[in-house]
Amino acid sequence: MNIISPIEEEIIEKLTVGTRVTISGVIYTARDAAHHRLIQALDKGEEPPFDLKGQTLYYMGPSPAPPGQVIGSAGPTTSQRMDKYTPQLLAAGVKAMIGKGNRSTEVREAIRKYKAVYLVTTGGAGALLARTIKRVEVIAYEELDTEAIRRLTVEDFPAIVANDIYGEDLFEQGKAEYKKA
Amino acid sequence: MREIKATEITKTVSTLCQEANFRLGEDVLSALKKALKTEKSPLGKEVLTQLIENAKVAKDERVALCQDCGTAVVFLEIGQEVHISGGDLNSAIEEGVRQGYDQGCLRKAMVKQPFSERINTRDNTPAVIHAEIVPGDKLKITVMPKGGGAENMSQLAMLLPNHGSQGIIEMAVKTVDEAGGNACPPLIIGVGVGGTADKAMLLAKKALLRTVGKPNADPEVAQLEKDILARVNELGIGPMGFGGSTTALAVHAEVMAAHIVSLPVAVNLQCHSARHKEAVL
Repeated sequence: MNIISPIEEEIIEKLTVGTRVTISGVIYTARDAAHHRLIQALDKGEEPPFDLKGQTLYYMGPSPAPPGQVIGSAGPTTSQRMDKYTPQLLAAGVKAMIGKGNRSTEVREAIRKYKAVYLVTTGGAGALLARTIKRVEVIAYEELDTEAIRRLTVEDFPAIVANDIYGEDLFEQGKAEYKKA
Repeated sequence: MREIKATEITKTVSTLCQEANFRLGEDVLSALKKALKTEKSPLGKEVLTQLIENAKVAKDERVALCQDCGTAVVFLEIGQEVHISGGDLNSAIEEGVRQGYDQGCLRKAMVKQPFSERINTRDNTPAVIHAEIVPGDKLKITVMPKGGGAENMSQLAMLLPNHGSQGIIEMAVKTVDEAGGNACPPLIIGVGVGGTADKAMLLAKKALLRTVGKPNADPEVAQLEKDILARVNELGIGPMGFGGSTTALAVHAEVMAAHIVSLPVAVNLQCHSARHKEAVL
């Protein structure tokens, strides 16, 4: 399924666990340090450096761009480290997240509550994923280097729905299907 | 006494850091291709196909296989007849890491004061250096860029002697199960048994340098590796944790003697981006 980011709410309703998507449009990178700062800003009642409403976050810190490229290797990092910040960001309007690995019960609950979606893509396929990234702008926290927030323009970025608004989980389903007693 | 210049060591380390990050070992690639034939999950097959393609893109374009270009773990086997001239060995290695990560456009991941400020050192130093003195007049350098995701899911257990091989198997299976998709399966599982707490983990890490799937020369240890692999692949975790029959590509165990009261077991997990390159000077 081809989808555009920011993702419309009626599309999110169609994104059920296991659905393969290709994403085009705008996504924002944010890892541990950027999450920490975003939450600090929200806690102080300050404006975050970009409007979070409806946006997609990609848990990724790229390697430096080789000459002539817009970005270096650009695959997902482990999402679990962002779990403690996620419910608050979803409450502030974030609609989609892209990372790798499973999420906490609290995050899954927040995904249902705020009608959001968690997508996963292949860790360690950063050279391949970089090909779908067409434009990169650092928009905040430049001093964090690889952990700065970047606005990425992507074309046909591949991902899979891992947690949907219906409370399902790709990791639980996959493991149950292939586990031997 | 044979002389090796510090500048030569720097240059070698720089090259190894880059080659390791750009070129996935042929043994890892073969294991991924073999897994593609046997993997039962369609989603798992898609992941394995992406990984094989990713390795080709990284090699052809000389771009990092993974954005996590790792902690630079450097193993040295220093011949006792070798004399290093024109600088000290550790500084030569650090400089090699600095140059390699800069020239190769590799991500710098090391942060100082990791419990508080976490300020990036901006050149991926310090390296983690393991040196041993061996007979001869050669210097063998191995660079292993070790990604953080899999390293974070590694575990150590100080088992008791009566836990035996079953205890080791359960410990390894538990480690892999708890890691789930976070350690980027399919994994290579390094198991270190014996020695002391520190030595067991070093054995586990060194086991990751072995050609993927090559069994331990000791048949009893090889059987242990086989038993762990079978159990791990029954977990159903699969490539990237999406479900499937390939949770690990291989188990490599290294064993040494232990104290009469001890059975240390370390499990060092390696993601599918199992990178290491070596050179002999």
